[in-house]
Amino acid sequence: MRAKEIKFLEESFKKYYFDHFDLIHVPKRTSEREFGFQKFNSGMIRHMSLKDNKELHLLLMQNIPSDIYCSNAYYSFPNLPMNEKDWKEADLIFDIDAKDLHLECRSNHCVTKCNECNEVSKLSDYCPKCNSSKINIKSLPCKTCIEESKKEVFKLSNILIEDLGVEKKNIQVYFSGNEGFHVYVYESQFQQLGSRERAELVDYLMFKGTIPETFGMKKLKPNRSLFPEIEDKGWRGRFSKEIFGLKSKRSKIVSELISEGYSSFQKKLIDISTTIGAQIDPNVTMDIHRIFRLPGSLNSKSGLTKILCRDIQKFDPYLESSFLDENTVEIMANCPIEFKIKNKKFGPFDNENTTVPTYTAVYMICKNLATIS
Amino acid sequence: MITLGKDEIAKYPFLADAGQYLKDKGFTLQQFGIDPDLKLSIDKAFNRVQVSTEGKIYKSDLIDGEASKDFVLEREVFSFLLAIVLLKLTGMTTLIKRFALAEARRAEKYLEKDLANISDGSKKELAIRIIDDLFSIQIKEQNNHFIIPVSNYLQHSINFHEREWKLINRHVEKGFVFLTPHETVRLIRKELGNYITTKIFNAKTPTMISGFEEPVDKLISLSKKFVTHTITTGEYPPCIKHAIEVLERGENLPHSGRFMLATFLLARNQSVQQIAPLFKNAPDYNERVTLYQLNHLAGTSGSGTQYSCPSCEKLKTQNLCFAIPECDNIFNPLQFGKRRK
Repeated sequence: MRAKEIKFLEESFKKYYFDHFDLIHVPKRTSEREFGFQKFNSGMIRHMSLKDNKELHLLLMQNIPSDIYCSNAYYSFPNLPMNEKDWKEADLIFDIDAKDLHLECRSNHCVTKCNECNEVSKLSDYCPKCNSSKINIKSLPCKTCIEESKKEVFKLSNILIEDLGVEKKNIQVYFSGNEGFHVYVYESQFQQLGSRERAELVDYLMFKGTIPETFGMKKLKPNRSLFPEIEDKGWRGRFSKEIFGLKSKRSKIVSELISEGYSSFQKKLIDISTTIGAQIDPNVTMDIHRIFRLPGSLNSKSGLTKILCRDIQKFDPYLESSFLDENTVEIMANCPIEFKIKNKKFGPFDNENTTVPTYTAVYMICKNLATIS
Repeated sequence: MITLGKDEIAKYPFLADAGQYLKDKGFTLQQFGIDPDLKLSIDKAFNRVQVSTEGKIYKSDLIDGEASKDFVLEREVFSFLLAIVLLKLTGMTTLIKRFALAEARRAEKYLEKDLANISDGSKKELAIRIIDDLFSIQIKEQNNHFIIPVSNYLQHSINFHEREWKLINRHVEKGFVFLTPHETVRLIRKELGNYITTKIFNAKTPTMISGFEEPVDKLISLSKKFVTHTITTGEYPPCIKHAIEVLERGENLPHSGRFMLATFLLARNQSVQQIAPLFKNAPDYNERVTLYQLNHLAGTSGSGTQYSCPSCEKLKTQNLCFAIPECDNIFNPLQFGKRRK
């Protein structure tokens, strides 16, 4: 990114931070958390500790970070190097990202930017101009992406509450500021679990690592009564609803399952995992030392805010997380697809000068699809 | 400390204070080496260790955890305590570990029986208390099952590699895992083994006692057959091959895949300079960043911690496992191709 764009983004971000201190707070037990931030075009600075909102706001004003992060873990000495921090516990966190859902809509709203010749084109594996495979994919998530990501949030919350005994009041859902949602679980029995145990929780939530026997299928002499019932709790119940649909169909489908055999059953379990399992990023949940985007802060991939979703069902990120101002800016835009922010349509732009509101200019520059004219 | 009755000590002898027990009974170790009647207990102790080296559980004289006569009960405890003395005198870690595991499995049988005991509530209570006191697992009973908090379950089940122990294959409801008495005690086998091992390691080693030399020598020669040598074919496992192929094609390998590849090669004694060129084709390759990250993983910069190659289980979760039959149920990619000579 050129100095011109960085200056514009920093000015816009600073104004946001100044105008919206009310949206950005330090989390509870502040002094036990590690903080970190990045500036535009620069590396990560981490292992910091902050005392209160005042210190946070000062940091924002002085450094104008492109991104700011805070640990989900609690430490005795958060500002010391990792192996001296003295890890105490960590909130459970989940990242649901539309790009991991492999949605069909993706090809409609992704563009490819070549790292070698800067050509912007519709989604492809190679640059159509210079044939290079060193490309960057920029996604401008659509409504489907958001709605499908929400479904994953619902699946996840349901399993957390019903199976894992998490209280609803201890689950908080945030729009990540780009392509998905961040889910936090506070004060659960899982606070002190290490990375390996959290990996097991991930497999549970994603319906991974299942064996046919769990769902009644045996290698030898299958027994019809061992197959689950629709009203069963937990995964056996969810499996039944997915496979049998109706109680009345159970008998017929069990016969089919038995006649198709053990390995076919095994394959079915893998096939339905993406439908019934919650599609979360395993690495995020397994990482107990992660610094995670701070709620209320801006995401430098989009200029949108990571914001708490009070009513996730109705939540629209392009209305509720865009806080930058309407002042117009002239940009040189290169974006072969159309997108919508605050109910206004923009694009497609073919290497052309255009005037757009600040929030759109920031969005496009963050995605590397525009420069300041 | 749990107060134990006579037959409980015989079932769970590792819970007793060994030295104190002998003292209370008015015996010294020396007497066992000389007295022909007491010498029988050494034979029993020897047998108890020998059986454990064969991966079997020592056949007790107790019937359903109870003894017909008091002396049977005593001999049972003595043989355990003397087995520890023999093991300490051999100083062979491999024997101690095998013995501890076999003893854990023996105790497991009694714990399971006690947990499932419908007629005698106090036996069930004691088993529940032993599990809570020793391993901090709070078990509750619900509808013919024992339920334990998911977090407790995970901390123990994580050591099992069989898929049936994965949380996804258990009945889980409202934050609890449902287990049968058998599964409950199986869950703590390793910890029980560790508990017994630690107790043996921490016990004082006596000086050689007359009458103990022969069984000790026999056990030492017995332990020699457990020394194994391994050879490595040097071939890469499929997960590593896959990661290298992805990079060679110039495609993006996720961070977790790069971590696996780098830690694997570092563990195979490749240098940072040898590994770095592998990442050259990555879409976001930056030489400075790659070297920084590799040095960090190798422990030559940053905190100095050398990162180890993730387990197969972790790689499965991260979608980085491409197991083939030759993987042969290994637990870590580094074990691939290792064969016992």
